[in-house]
Amino acid sequence: MKMFRIIAAGLAALGLSATASALEGDAHAPHAHHWHHAGPFGTFDRHAVQRGLQVYQEVCASCHSLNLLSFRNLGERGGPLEDERWPNANDNLIVMQIAESYGERVWDRDEINDDGDPVSRLGIPADRFPAPFENEQIARGSNGGALPPDLSLIVKARSHGADYIYALLTGYEDAPHDAHLAPGQHYNAYFPGGAIAMAPPLSDGLLEYADGTEATLEQMAEDVTVFLAWASDPHMEARKQMGWMVLIYLFIFAILTYLAYRQVWANVKH
Amino acid sequence: MSGHSTYEPKTGFTRWLDSRLPIVRLGWDSFVDFPTPRNLNYWWTFGGILAVFLMIQIITGIILAMHYVPHEAMAFESVERIRRDVNFGWMIQSMHANGAAFFFVAVYLHMFRGLYYGSYKAPREILWILGVVIYLLMMATAFMGYVLPWGQMSYWGAMVITNLIGALPFVGDAIREWLWGGFSVGQTTLNRFFSLHYLLPFIIAGVVGLHIWALHVPGNGNPLGIEVKDTKKDALPFHPYYTVKDGFAIIVYLMIFAIFVFFMPNVLGHADNFIEANPLSTPAHIVPEWYFLPFYAILRAITFDIGPIDAKLGGVLAMFGAIAILFVLPWLDTSKVRSMRFRPLTRWFFIFFVLAALGLGWCGAKNPDDYVLGMEGFKFLYLAQFLTLYYFAYFIVILPVLGIVEKPKERPASIEAAVLGNA
Repeated sequence: MKMFRIIAAGLAALGLSATASALEGDAHAPHAHHWHHAGPFGTFDRHAVQRGLQVYQEVCASCHSLNLLSFRNLGERGGPLEDERWPNANDNLIVMQIAESYGERVWDRDEINDDGDPVSRLGIPADRFPAPFENEQIARGSNGGALPPDLSLIVKARSHGADYIYALLTGYEDAPHDAHLAPGQHYNAYFPGGAIAMAPPLSDGLLEYADGTEATLEQMAEDVTVFLAWASDPHMEARKQMGWMVLIYLFIFAILTYLAYRQVWANVKH
Repeated sequence: MSGHSTYEPKTGFTRWLDSRLPIVRLGWDSFVDFPTPRNLNYWWTFGGILAVFLMIQIITGIILAMHYVPHEAMAFESVERIRRDVNFGWMIQSMHANGAAFFFVAVYLHMFRGLYYGSYKAPREILWILGVVIYLLMMATAFMGYVLPWGQMSYWGAMVITNLIGALPFVGDAIREWLWGGFSVGQTTLNRFFSLHYLLPFIIAGVVGLHIWALHVPGNGNPLGIEVKDTKKDALPFHPYYTVKDGFAIIVYLMIFAIFVFFMPNVLGHADNFIEANPLSTPAHIVPEWYFLPFYAILRAITFDIGPIDAKLGGVLAMFGAIAILFVLPWLDTSKVRSMRFRPLTRWFFIFFVLAALGLGWCGAKNPDDYVLGMEGFKFLYLAQFLTLYYFAYFIVILPVLGIVEKPKERPASIEAAVLGNA
């Protein structure tokens, strides 16, 4: 099959790119974890994303921002609080409750009242998750000079994605004797260089899950990783669904075109 | 094959139009009745595939430009906004980013096709040169497009590549600052790259028009490399024979494209580009997009001074030379035989050339000081240097010499004779 050879050649060329991403540091390669959202049919485990939201809010959010996410995203299609009662996420009562739970505060410094002062009010679904620190300097000042990265894209912004985040959260261990750790640093073999400023953030029973799941270290690490995977790619489910429709359409189109091709060329020597 | 036009306007309006603006006649002669060799294989479908991808890139790009903000403080977030909040933005952005990669896959296969079947030889030199011009414009467009999302790789890739200009003696620094519009990659650079990234695709479309024009004078080459002698016997009208064949190939290629767009949209990118550009923090490894890796390897392969040319300038010259040499290829290959099917010796050197190009891509992705497959002492640098040597030797030594030395196989009398098997 000539066509097969051509496709193989195309894939070989694309394979080159895989070598591009094979450039790694000296850190441990994370183990491949089974994720509900992996693969061409994978969907987000809604309960895991909801629990992960709780972990983020109660643990991570004290240092890490989630700047690209609005509360409304939680209730949108594919989000953890998607609900057919409220097709418009801005009407979603649970999302509104979450937004209001942050209390009265200045959500946007550019939102000015008639006196020229920033407006302080309750949050609405359109507001973004508030950042724990006003700016980078304050964030560094509160964290021994290290900057806790924004988590909106963290799963996409690290090679090995979700596997890496999970491995990092569960991978704290005692430093080997030859490791050089500055004060305030901790040892984590999955972190490039091994010395990480973040203290082990999770431990067994750190919080009480709203749905009664036992909050083990592994459970929380997995849940928050799934939440962050959703946060970095909120349209994943719609994307895969559309992908199948497009592929089926193109497949039928290809067969019809091939049959037309055979017919057109039937009486022509070539 | 510019021959006699067979277009006959059938209605009053088309007759009226034809005597004023014969645009329907042009389309008819170019894409319907156009005589095309009957023996084209699937390697000839990439021209049509490329035309489709140019359109995909332009259409998705225009939509992205409606939402994108070319500002160093807002560009990164505006791309995320497209992915998250613009209706179907996630799809359009993914099509545009992966479309660039698929555009390059197709253009490389199209070029290798040309190299194998001698598509650059007389009377198609101008056609080939226009193709190289398109390729250069594509590289410039893709490079500037990659800067726009303003991630870490965008920023640092732009930094590395623009700094190459600084290697030019005497004028390098001045040209570099002129390109940057300042003393570093920054707001001005981003803004002008956006402007040029929007402009260049239309220039590409214009040169593609010339490319097709130049194609339609001598007509298509073909796997046998012998010219069409009798249009009736050797050729078929483009429509429906090749519209349906190209159409099938385009759909199959789009299926592979769809797998990437919908199921692994970021696999061809780099994780660091999901971190916003930060001039104060350099990524551990700065790697260009995969389609530039062979040239990146050639750039880094020159680690020694050559007379007055220092290693850096030497690398830059070698990198640009690797593309520039394609312009004179029609005059480097001394053989009168077009198709490698009839060149038993050169054929092998061509296969090694393809492997060398892929190998250079591999070297470009690796740290030059790492060992190839863990073989102690055999650094990627040495492999890249060897392959770079072969790359240039293929054009400067092998093709000119073999064209004279090699005894080609006997070729069939005509396309028709070959097809009917009584050659």
